[in-house]
Amino acid sequence: MTRPRRERVPAALGLLAGLGAAFFILPLAGLLARAPWGDALTALSAPETLEALRLSLVASLTATAVSLLLGVPLAWVYARVEFPGRNLLRALTTLPMVLPPVVGGIALLLAFGRRGLLGMLLERGFGITLPFTTAGVVMAETFVSMPFLVLTVEAGLRSLDSRYEEAARTLGAGRWTVLGRVTLPLIAPSLFAGAVLSWARALGEFGATITFAGNFPGRTQTMPLAVYLLLESRPEASFILSLVLLAVSLAVLVGLRDRWLGSP
Amino acid sequence: MSLAAEVGLQLGRLRLDVSLAAGGAEVVALLGPNGAGKTTFLRALAGLVPLDAGRVELDGVTFEDPVRRVFVPTERRPIGVVFQDYLLFPHLSVLDNVAFGLRSRGTGRKTADGRARDWLERLDLAAYATARPDSLSGGQRQRVALARALATDPRLLLLDEPLAALDASTRAEVRRDLKRHLASFEGIRLLVTHDPLEAIALADRLVVLESGTVTQSGTPAEVTARPRSQYVADLVGVNLFRGAAAGGVLSLAGGGLLAVADAAAGDVFAVVHPRAVAVHRQRPEGSPRNVWRGRAEGVELAGDRARVRVSGEISLVAEVTPAAVAELALAAGGEVWISVKATEVAVYPA
Repeated sequence: MTRPRRERVPAALGLLAGLGAAFFILPLAGLLARAPWGDALTALSAPETLEALRLSLVASLTATAVSLLLGVPLAWVYARVEFPGRNLLRALTTLPMVLPPVVGGIALLLAFGRRGLLGMLLERGFGITLPFTTAGVVMAETFVSMPFLVLTVEAGLRSLDSRYEEAARTLGAGRWTVLGRVTLPLIAPSLFAGAVLSWARALGEFGATITFAGNFPGRTQTMPLAVYLLLESRPEASFILSLVLLAVSLAVLVGLRDRWLGSP
Repeated sequence: MSLAAEVGLQLGRLRLDVSLAAGGAEVVALLGPNGAGKTTFLRALAGLVPLDAGRVELDGVTFEDPVRRVFVPTERRPIGVVFQDYLLFPHLSVLDNVAFGLRSRGTGRKTADGRARDWLERLDLAAYATARPDSLSGGQRQRVALARALATDPRLLLLDEPLAALDASTRAEVRRDLKRHLASFEGIRLLVTHDPLEAIALADRLVVLESGTVTQSGTPAEVTARPRSQYVADLVGVNLFRGAAAGGVLSLAGGGLLAVADAAAGDVFAVVHPRAVAVHRQRPEGSPRNVWRGRAEGVELAGDRARVRVSGEISLVAEVTPAAVAELALAAGGEVWISVKATEVAVYPA
C-alpha cells in the first residue's frame, strides 16, 4: 500500500524555489550569451590581459603557499593545544571570512602601510615597503583566504583519530616523523580541500587588494581588478575574463564535489 | 630480561595503583572487567599516559620515575604495541606499515623493507605486502599489527585485547597462531584482556585487575582454584564466601554459618562448587551439617546442566540436572532446602 512515490511540490514552494534558482542561473546565462566568443582569443591574448592573468596566478598560488606554511601550524595549535583565549584567537583569525574585504585592506594599510604600526618600522629599519607592491597583493590575498584553510584543516585534525599518532610513537617515530608520515597524510583530503578553497578565494580577491595594493598593471593589477576596469573601457574583454574566472570557480566546485556538493 | 612497574595514576574517575613484575620466560595476562584500568596500565608502560607516582623499569633502565623526574618518551622506549583495533596506518601498504618502526628508528629503506618482508614471510603475509590494510581480513590485520610491533625487535611486547576485534568464527584459529608467535618471541610479553578464556589460553600467569588494583595473580590453575574476588569467582563459576573461621565453623561476612572440614582459622575465603550444592523440596534426611532454607529465584541452562540461583540465609548458585529442575519444579520458584557437605567447602586464607 505504501509504495514510495515522488514528493508532490506545493505550487507556491515550487515557484519560489524556481525563482531562487533562476536568480543564480540567469546571470551566468547572461554572461555566456553576451560573451563575444569571436573576440575571445584576441581579448585573452592582449598583453595586459596576459599580464593580469599571470599576476593573478602567481599571487594567488603564493598566497596559498603562505597560507599552508602558516595556516597548517595555526590549525594544529587550534586543534591540539588548549590555552586561554583560544576561541577568541580563532574568532579573530577567522574574521576576514566575514569582514568586508575593503575593511581588511584598510586594516592592512594601518598595520603595514608606510605609516602603519609595523610598516613604519619595516621601511625605516629594512627599507621594505609592502603596500602597492606585488608582495602587498599576496598579503591581501593571504589575509582573506587563509581562514578557509585554517578552518578546514582544523576540522580535519579534530576528526583524526589521534591514536594513529600514538601508534606511530610506539614504533619509534618522533614528532616530525609522526607529523610527516602519519598526521598530514591522514588529513590529506582536508589539506587539499582547504588549499583549493583558499586558492579560489585568493584568486577572486578584489577589495582588500585594491585598497592595500592598488591597481598598477603588471605589478598589482590582478584579474578581478582588470575585469572591473575593463568594464569601462572594453566591456567585451571584461566579459571574457569574467568567463575565465567563472570557469576556474566551476572547476573548483566540481573538483570538491564529494566534499561539499555531496554525491547523490 | 625483566620489567618492574609500579604504576600510580589518576585518570578521570579511575585510580590506578598497580605493581607488576614480569620476566621473559612467561606470558603475562592482565585480566579484568571493562573499566578496570587494563588499557590505561598498558598505555602507562608505553609512556602514553604519564605516571603520578611509581616507577617503570625495563632491564634495569628507568623509563619513568616522577620523583626523580625521569621520563623516556614513548618513541625512545624499546616497546612494541598491538592495539585493540590494530590501528594499522590506512594510507600505507602492509609492507610500509611493518617497515614503519624500522624506518622511524633510522634504518635505511632497503634494509627496513627487507626485514619487513622477512616478518611478513614469518606471519604468512608475504602475498599481501602491497595490499592496503582495509582490504585484509580481521585475522590478517591482527598478524600485520603483530609483525609491525615485532619488526623493531622490542624488549617489551604489549598487546591490548588482541582478539577482541575478531568475530567468534576466526578467534580460535587466530588465538592458536598468536600463541605460537608469542612463544617464539624472546622479550617480555604482556597482554590485556577481559576474556578469561583468552587469558588462560595465551598466558602463563594471570594478573587480575579490578577497579585499578590487582586483586589476584598466579598461574591460571592457581587463580581459578582459589578465586579471591567475586569477579574471578563469577568467571570460574563458583560460589565464593569470605568469613572468619574458628573450630571448624565459618562465620560468613554476609551472615550465616558454614561448617567446614578444615582446621583453618582467621580471615578466610571459602569456595563451594555449584555441583556440590544439593537442592531439596523437603528438609533432607540424614545429617548433612550445612542445611538451610532458601528460595529458588531463577534457573539458567548451561550446557547439560541447570544453574539455580537460591536466595536465603546464605545465597548461592546450585547446579542440578535439567531433570531435577522439572522434578523439583524449580522453574516456578518457591521454597527449597539447601544442603552442602562440610567436605565440599574449600577454605584458604584471605
